[in-house]
Amino acid sequence: MTSVTVDESFQGRVYPASGTTAVTAGAVRAFARAVRAVHPAHHDTAAARALGHADVVAPPTFAVTLAQRADAQFVTDPAAGIDYSRVVHGEQSFTHHRPIVAGDELTAELHVDRVRVVRGNAMVTTRTELRLTDGTPVCTAVSTLVVRAPEEQ
Amino acid sequence: MSTVRFEDVRVGDALPAVRHEVTRADLRAYAEASGDRNPIHLDADVARSVGLPDVIAHGMLTMGLAGQSAADWAGDPAAVVRYGTKFTAPVVVPAEGAAVVEVAGTVAARDEDARTVTVDLAVTSAGAKVLGRARAVVRLP
Repeated sequence: MTSVTVDESFQGRVYPASGTTAVTAGAVRAFARAVRAVHPAHHDTAAARALGHADVVAPPTFAVTLAQRADAQFVTDPAAGIDYSRVVHGEQSFTHHRPIVAGDELTAELHVDRVRVVRGNAMVTTRTELRLTDGTPVCTAVSTLVVRAPEEQ
Repeated sequence: MSTVRFEDVRVGDALPAVRHEVTRADLRAYAEASGDRNPIHLDADVARSVGLPDVIAHGMLTMGLAGQSAADWAGDPAAVVRYGTKFTAPVVVPAEGAAVVEVAGTVAARDEDARTVTVDLAVTSAGAKVLGRARAVVRLP
């Protein structure tokens, strides 16, 4: 049986935050439209402020846009040996410590929590910690990616 | 948009069922909004070349649509404090017409101290369960 090769020594690796990402109202609105989040607080600053938010509120899965960018540091690292065309998304979770709103400046620290090969497929679990620039925790996003084994020849 | 109060919620309560139609244009819009431009969601030839029947929806789009059922039920865009799922089957999106994604939800647990409820989401497309163990924890007033 053919097996995926992935460097298991990457388990435990941490990629420190590099730079910050500014969450824009335009990005929040476009994402909200794409997932059919119709509440006015996603789209209208005044409606968001009426609910006590500084600006428009991101939908619950918006954090994936930052987490996937953080994941790419590991997934596309040639040393990790991952064939991206064979990657499928296995699991995803978000724990929100505080809502993401437009105007946030966020950092993303990537943890490679688990790398293992099961029946020829690699299972990779990453955790992205999103924080404000002052260190306030905002969201923990956990992704499990499956790198499928090549088909039998 | 409803506003649900913690005291009024019981384990076993059903959320309103929602039926989404998902088209190729929706996948292009999600690709732009999310930055996930993996061609298996945009190009049938690429999808078939890796063994898929046709273009498939981003798992994260399906997760996003399903999560809206919990957020809309709560009536507060910031009510979902935790949300997780497994991706168990792809949503296949035809070139013409739309894939149908159906979302049902049930209150599975309530936590008096945290004033949160756990909502289990059942998400299907073309008879297949496309999300597994899809579960949102929602904070209610």
